Amino acid sequence: MRPSLPEADTEPLLRVEGLTVHFPVGRAGFWGRQKQVLHAVDGVTFDIKRGETLGLVGESGSGKSTTGRAILRKVPITAGSIVFKGQDITGVKGEELRQLRRHMQLVFQDPYGSLNPRMRVLDIVSEPLIVHGLEPNTEACSERVLDLLEIVGLPKDAADRYPHSFSGGQRQRVVIARALALRPDLIIADEPVSALDVSIQAQIVNLLADLQDEFGLTYLFIAHDLSVVRHLSDRIAVMYSGKLVELSDRDAIYDRPTHPYTEALLSSVPIPDPVLQRERRRVPLTGEIPNPISPPPGCRFHTRCPIVQDRCRSEEPPLEDKGAGSVAACWFR
Amino acid sequence: MAAVPDMETPLDVPLLAVDDLQVSFFTRRGVVQAVRGASFTLDRGQTIGLVGESGSGKSVTSRAVMGLIELPGRIVAGDIRWKGKSLLGKDGHAYSDRIRGKEISIIFQDPMTSLNPLMKIGDQIGEVLGHHLGMDRSSADKRAVELLDLVGISFPRQRVKQYPYEFSGGMNQRVAIAMALASEPELLIADEPTTALDVTIQAQILELLQQLQTDLGLAVLLITHDLGVVAGLCQRLAVMYAGRIVETGQAEEIYSDPGHPYAWGLIGSTPRLDVVVPKLVSIAGAPPDLIRPPVGCAYAPRCPLAVELCEQVSPELIEHLPHRKVACHRAFDIRTVGAPVAAGS
Repeated sequence: MRPSLPEADTEPLLRVEGLTVHFPVGRAGFWGRQKQVLHAVDGVTFDIKRGETLGLVGESGSGKSTTGRAILRKVPITAGSIVFKGQDITGVKGEELRQLRRHMQLVFQDPYGSLNPRMRVLDIVSEPLIVHGLEPNTEACSERVLDLLEIVGLPKDAADRYPHSFSGGQRQRVVIARALALRPDLIIADEPVSALDVSIQAQIVNLLADLQDEFGLTYLFIAHDLSVVRHLSDRIAVMYSGKLVELSDRDAIYDRPTHPYTEALLSSVPIPDPVLQRERRRVPLTGEIPNPISPPPGCRFHTRCPIVQDRCRSEEPPLEDKGAGSVAACWFR
Repeated sequence: MAAVPDMETPLDVPLLAVDDLQVSFFTRRGVVQAVRGASFTLDRGQTIGLVGESGSGKSVTSRAVMGLIELPGRIVAGDIRWKGKSLLGKDGHAYSDRIRGKEISIIFQDPMTSLNPLMKIGDQIGEVLGHHLGMDRSSADKRAVELLDLVGISFPRQRVKQYPYEFSGGMNQRVAIAMALASEPELLIADEPTTALDVTIQAQILELLQQLQTDLGLAVLLITHDLGVVAGLCQRLAVMYAGRIVETGQAEEIYSDPGHPYAWGLIGSTPRLDVVVPKLVSIAGAPPDLIRPPVGCAYAPRCPLAVELCEQVSPELIEHLPHRKVACHRAFDIRTVGAPVAAGS
C-alpha cells in the first residue's frame, strides 16, 4: 500500500533470529531441585525491511510484547540474535546500548502510565533530546518540540500544559511526539491504540500512517486487534504460545490463512456488519492457550488444532515457505 | 427455564421502557450530566445493543436499570418501567426489589466483580438459587451443576467444588453468566461482557450468549463500544453520544445507512477485517465535557454537517423512517457524503 523507499540497501533494518526468552519462575520438585522456566518466546525469526510495517499479532500470553521488549534489549535474551542496521546488538552494553536506543523508540498502550504527571509536555518531549545531547541550546530545543507537537497534531499551547489536561488520544500524540524527537529508524508500537475509543483510535492510526509516509519510519506494530493490524501492516506475523506460527503478506494472510491457528483467529474477529457477521462460520476453537511453563511437545497448537494428527504431537513443524507470499509452521498445510 | 410471560401484564406493554432518563453525578468539580434524557424500549425476547464510546452514558443507563447508581450519582428525572410498572420512586421500591437481580440480571466486563474469590463456584450459584427461588441446599447443588453445563463448562460436577482462581478469564465469565441465569431472568444486561477477553474466547462467549438468547427466549441489553460485537448478537441498536441516544433502529439498517453523522463516523472509523480502506474516517476533536454540555447538539462541534441551528437547538429523537429514530437536524443528509465504508468484499 505505502510507497516503499528506494531499494538501495537490501539489508533488512532489523533481523531477529531464533530469539528465545525464558523467565525463571521459581523451583519445583523435591527441595526445589528443579528450576522452572516460563517459555515466553521460543525461537522466533523474522526481519523488517526499511520503511515497512510488520504487524505482530497474538492473544495474551503469546509472547508478542516480550518479543518487542527483547528487541529493545529490555529483557534478558536466553538465545538467538538481533541484528539492527547490520550490527549484532544481542550483547551490546552500557554506552553503546544507550546510543543504540536512540534509533529505536517505543510507544506503549497506556498513555496515562507512560507520561510523568509532574512534567510539562515541553519537558517530556525535550527530555530525550537533552539526554542524548542533541539540542544543547534551550531555545532551539523548544523550537524543535513545538515543531514535533505540530507534526502530531497538538495545539500550540500544549507545550506548557501537564498530561492531566489532555484526553487519552492527545496523550498518545504526546507519546508519539516524544518517540519521534530522536528521529528513530524503528518504532516499536505495543498496542498503541488499544486503550482508545474507536473514533480517537482512527485518528492515531491515521497519524501513524501519515508519519510513516513523511519520515520513512519502520514500525513493529504489536496488537491483538487484527482489524487494526490489517489496516496498517505490510506483512503480518502471528504468534502462538511463544512461537511464530505464520508470517505472511497482509493480503495473503487475510484471504488465505495457512496455519489453522491463523484461520481460527481470523474467523473469531467479529465484522461490524450484521448481515455478513450473522452468515459467518467460526472455525471452532475449544480450550485455551497452553501453560507456558510446560508447553506441549511437538506443535504448540496441537492441543486445540482442528486438523491435528499424530505427527503434530511429537515433532515440531518448521517455519517454511508455503508459496503465494505465505510462510507458516504446519505439517499439514 | 424458558421465561414464561406472566398473565398480569398485557403483551403490548414493552418488557422494559426507559423514558427520558437523566442521571447526574454530583462531584466536587460540578454536576456531571452523564445521561441527559435517554429513551428506549425493549420487548420480550428482543436483543438491543447500546453502543457508544467512553463517557457516552451507556453503562450508567444500564446501571440505572439495575438500580446500581450510587452516590454521588442520582437519577434526577425520567422513569424506568418494567412490564409497565415504575421501578423508581417511593412506590417502586418494593417492586424493584423483587425485579432487580431476579427478573433482570447483569454481567460485567470483569467477571471477578460478580464472583467472590473465597467461595466455591457451586456455592455462589447456590446462593442465588436459594435467595431468589427458595431452593434448598441439595436441589441448589444439583441445579448449579446443570447451570454450569448449560454455559458450556466441562466436568461441571468437579468444577462446582472449585474456586474462581482455578478458572481462566473466559471460564469465569461463563460462571458469571451461569450465575446471572440462575434466577431465571427475562432480561440479561451484558455490560461489555467480552471486552477483557481474547478474541477467540470472545467468540466463544458471544456464541454462548446468542445460543442462550434463542433457547431461553431471553431479552438482552448489550452494552458495548465494539460495533463488531453488536453486529452478530443484536437485532436492534441504540447509538449513544454525550448522554443522549442519537439513533435507534434495526441493526442492519443503521450499519448500511446511518442517519446520524455520529453513527456514520463511528462506523467509518472502525477498521474492518474484510475491507481495506485507504484511510479510516476520523472524527476530529473529542466528546464534550458533560459538566457543561453544549446548549445545542452535543455533536455539533465535531460534525461535518453542522449548521447554525445545530449549535443553538438540541435536536429531538424523532422517527424519520419506520422504526428509525434519529436525533439530528440534518438526519440522513450524511448520505450525500457517501457510505461510511466500501461495501463488503
